[in-house]
Amino acid sequence: MELVAFYFFAGLAVVSALFILFTRNLMYAAFGLFLTFMSVAALYVFAMADFLAVSQIMIYVGGVLVLLVFGIMLTHQHKAGESTQANYVEVENGGMPFRIIVSVAFFLLLVKVITGADFELAGSYVEQKSTLQQLGIHLMTSHLLPFEIIAVLLLAVLLGAGYMAFNRIKNPGS
Amino acid sequence: MIPVSHFLIVAAALFCIGLAVALTKKNAIGVLLGLELMLNAVNINLVAFSRYDPELIRGQLFALFVLVVAVCEIAIALAVILRVFDHYKTIDPDRIDSLRG
Repeated sequence: MELVAFYFFAGLAVVSALFILFTRNLMYAAFGLFLTFMSVAALYVFAMADFLAVSQIMIYVGGVLVLLVFGIMLTHQHKAGESTQANYVEVENGGMPFRIIVSVAFFLLLVKVITGADFELAGSYVEQKSTLQQLGIHLMTSHLLPFEIIAVLLLAVLLGAGYMAFNRIKNPGS
Repeated sequence: MIPVSHFLIVAAALFCIGLAVALTKKNAIGVLLGLELMLNAVNINLVAFSRYDPELIRGQLFALFVLVVAVCEIAIALAVILRVFDHYKTIDPDRIDSLRG
């Protein structure tokens, strides 16, 4: 039963990712990415990472995807003869055959490595309820320095992105 | 329980699809969509191996940091793309070629 559900969500993730690859409408690609993010969150649940699943939904679906849709709409230019429908943002896919062959070849290489690896896992699999408490403890003790660095990084990104967007409004076209 | 190789195969598939998206889309935001797919695929790997490390869960901690860095990357990349769009009136990576000799 668990395996069936796992295959369902894995298939959903892969199919919606393929939809992103083959659709010509960038808005639909963003919606496909939404589906992929949700299925990846479900896969996290199967891997006993409940906190990461929730943060995946909150950060990616709530934050990144909204940002991306904003970006798509702000940088859209209507070409002559294109549908004027509000959610239609056509974009060309260039050099499809060669680049897809490269990706498929890379995938086959990865599958060959994974199936042929035959590695022993050092730890043992333990069924556990929630990793939230351990995550909090580790973030505040053994991983305190990366935690602080990432806080500084977020502050720098906030300032940098805000600065760039602010200058853009002040003198457009420069 | 689900064997770890299943997670690895799904992650490999998502990574390669993301690679193909990043290579084929003729739009900088399309490339960003592909990058996000690739980062998600890497995170699946980390989380899958973290199941075998229940005391320290280093994989999940690392995945958390990857998540935050991915968000930073998207925010900065979109700001840069907006500036590029103002300057070139296009975000097709093939047509942003002012430095070409």
